[in-house]
Amino acid sequence: MLKIEDLHVSVEGKEILKGINLEIGKGEVHAIMGPNGSGKSTLSYILAGRDGYNITQGRVLFNGKDLLEMSVEERAWAGVFLAFQYPVEVPGVSNIYFLKAALNGIRKFNGLSELDAMDFIGMVKGKMKDLDMDEKFLYRAVNEGFSGGEKKRNEVLQMSVLEPTLCVLDETDSGLDIDALQIVAEGINRLRDPERSFVLITHYQRLLDYIKPDFVHVLAHGRVVKSGGPELALELEEQGYAWVDQKVAS
Amino acid sequence: MAASNENLKDLIGQEYKDGFVTDIESESFPPGLNEDVIRAISAKKDEPEFLLEWRLEAYRHWLTMEHPEWAFVEFPKIDFQEISYYSAPKSMADGPKSLDEVDPELISTYNKLGIPLEEQMRLAGVAVDAVFDSVSVATTFKDKLYEAGVIFCSFSEAVKEHPELIKQYLGTVVSQYDNFYAALNAAVFSDGSFVYIPKGVRCPMELSTYFRINAANTGQFERTLIIADEGSHVSYLEGCTAPMRDENQLHAAVVELVILKDAEIKYSTVQNWYPGDENGVGGIYNFVTKRAECREENAKVSWTQVETGSAITWKYPSVVLKGDNSIGEFYSVALTNNYQQADTGTKMIHYGKNTSSTIISKGISAGHGQNTYRGLVKIGRKAENARNYTQCDSLLMGDQCGAHTFPYIETKNPSATIEHEASTSKISEDQLFYCMQRGISAEDAVSMIVNGFCKEVFKELPMEFAVEAQALLGISLEGSVG
Repeated sequence: MLKIEDLHVSVEGKEILKGINLEIGKGEVHAIMGPNGSGKSTLSYILAGRDGYNITQGRVLFNGKDLLEMSVEERAWAGVFLAFQYPVEVPGVSNIYFLKAALNGIRKFNGLSELDAMDFIGMVKGKMKDLDMDEKFLYRAVNEGFSGGEKKRNEVLQMSVLEPTLCVLDETDSGLDIDALQIVAEGINRLRDPERSFVLITHYQRLLDYIKPDFVHVLAHGRVVKSGGPELALELEEQGYAWVDQKVAS
Repeated sequence: MAASNENLKDLIGQEYKDGFVTDIESESFPPGLNEDVIRAISAKKDEPEFLLEWRLEAYRHWLTMEHPEWAFVEFPKIDFQEISYYSAPKSMADGPKSLDEVDPELISTYNKLGIPLEEQMRLAGVAVDAVFDSVSVATTFKDKLYEAGVIFCSFSEAVKEHPELIKQYLGTVVSQYDNFYAALNAAVFSDGSFVYIPKGVRCPMELSTYFRINAANTGQFERTLIIADEGSHVSYLEGCTAPMRDENQLHAAVVELVILKDAEIKYSTVQNWYPGDENGVGGIYNFVTKRAECREENAKVSWTQVETGSAITWKYPSVVLKGDNSIGEFYSVALTNNYQQADTGTKMIHYGKNTSSTIISKGISAGHGQNTYRGLVKIGRKAENARNYTQCDSLLMGDQCGAHTFPYIETKNPSATIEHEASTSKISEDQLFYCMQRGISAEDAVSMIVNGFCKEVFKELPMEFAVEAQALLGISLEGSVG
């Protein structure tokens, strides 16, 4: 599904990613862990197509197509979804309007007709129930005045409504208390599907207690320094990131 | 991030869709202004003597006035002798006719603008007065309104048919000496709309006037007078467009609203005069005096304006709250793109007891646009328990534009409650990226964010206009995606 080859990225002349190689198959869940400043968020922004990054080398293939050639919207239409670490507020635009515009944008691209308003509301309400979200969220402005946990839950709601094929979650666990973490994790698990892949970017092992990854990669200083199975996350948790630095040094 | 400003610049490049010219034979006065020109306008309209005298007094006073320089707008000095003060389609020379006799070219102009005047196509529930250059070419649903006792006609017609109402109310809210452009308007105004809603009548349909400037080198000076008698209610809309031309054209209108006991006027404007091109060449100078007087108790007036057009907009729809318990509201969206300038806001003058006013102003600046909010809240000595709430928000798009706020507050009564809130924000790269990542195109995202910003004002517009206003903002912000 996703193939990252020798990806080098710099920002204002400073190299952040120094040759990333990563292959993510259909239906797989990959966790990317690493200390602050290791380039985790940069990687998620590169996949989503954010401006301001200079890709100096390498390529990214998404279902065989050159992802880096596609615009931000095109990637979204093709099924790339980024759950933001800091979801953005859009004052005056109701959540339901936003969701509908997003879904219809994607449906239009895929040659589907716009969803009927009643069907749409019914579908969204069902998904909100699963995430233990009050319906009044639909009529509040996008993320405006939401608590940290509400924002993250809203990201997962959007993900479940838009049904992307590649979900990149950037520190979705940060700022969540244990109950909210559980609900969010359940929401994500519900979306697991043989046709859908996940990239979970996280600092901590605790998210992985709820969402079991197939692979864990450790990112440090702009490189994947270690890859392994779920046990790697536990090892990291025990030893700390200093352990990674030692590995890199040796 | 540098890239974001480039993106925004592309996104907000706009096309003006109403910029066509109607090829129609017009009768225009040669440029120039003197007492003879005023006499000629008055004669053209077959006006009574009192009105000519009123015009001449205004003109003589205007000659003694200095051009005001205090607004935060810049433009070359206007040569008032270079403007033609009267232009009318030749076919209108014999005065307003029945709709069947109106030049088909005129009707097709309004059709193109989405304002059908023909019987079978009329907008349901909206009566339209169509003003083309200096004259009203048609008023729809006149008879039906007359049955309800409502008078809705061109100003010229009102002068002929209802001189007593004109004599009683003309200039009582905005006197012919009020300010430079109001005095000029009083001297040379050619047409406009007149509305009278009798006691206790709720106007059965929305009334609207559609102003169109067509002829080159002319000024449009229209005058609107609306009187809501005791316990009556009316909702009135106005729309404006003009062709694309390289020269600037002057539009100096005066609007007077008189609201009597327990009556209410809701006045909405969607102003889309030609704004000039992306280099700031051409466009309308929109210098307008609009004022409402809540003359008696429990009167209510609400101004809602969406200003997307004009090279320069300079106006302050105001309310004089004379009657006790009277209410004034002002809701405004002003958008300046390219080299447009706007200095707009309101004045809320509280004289009566328990009077209250609300001001919600949303300014959007893009390109090199300069957007100024200027507002006055004045509480008179006898205005016990007056209240005002002001909210004034600015949205900046890109880094070449400006937003400015000049709120003035004067209070002579210690019982007044005045609140003022202001904010300035930018459409951030974060917001755009977030929307686009969800599959919303860049153009739709900008339009969505801007519409969200304007939501509190749009909800005050009548349904049909709210849709039009949203579409208009969309067009004004349309462009290629970078």
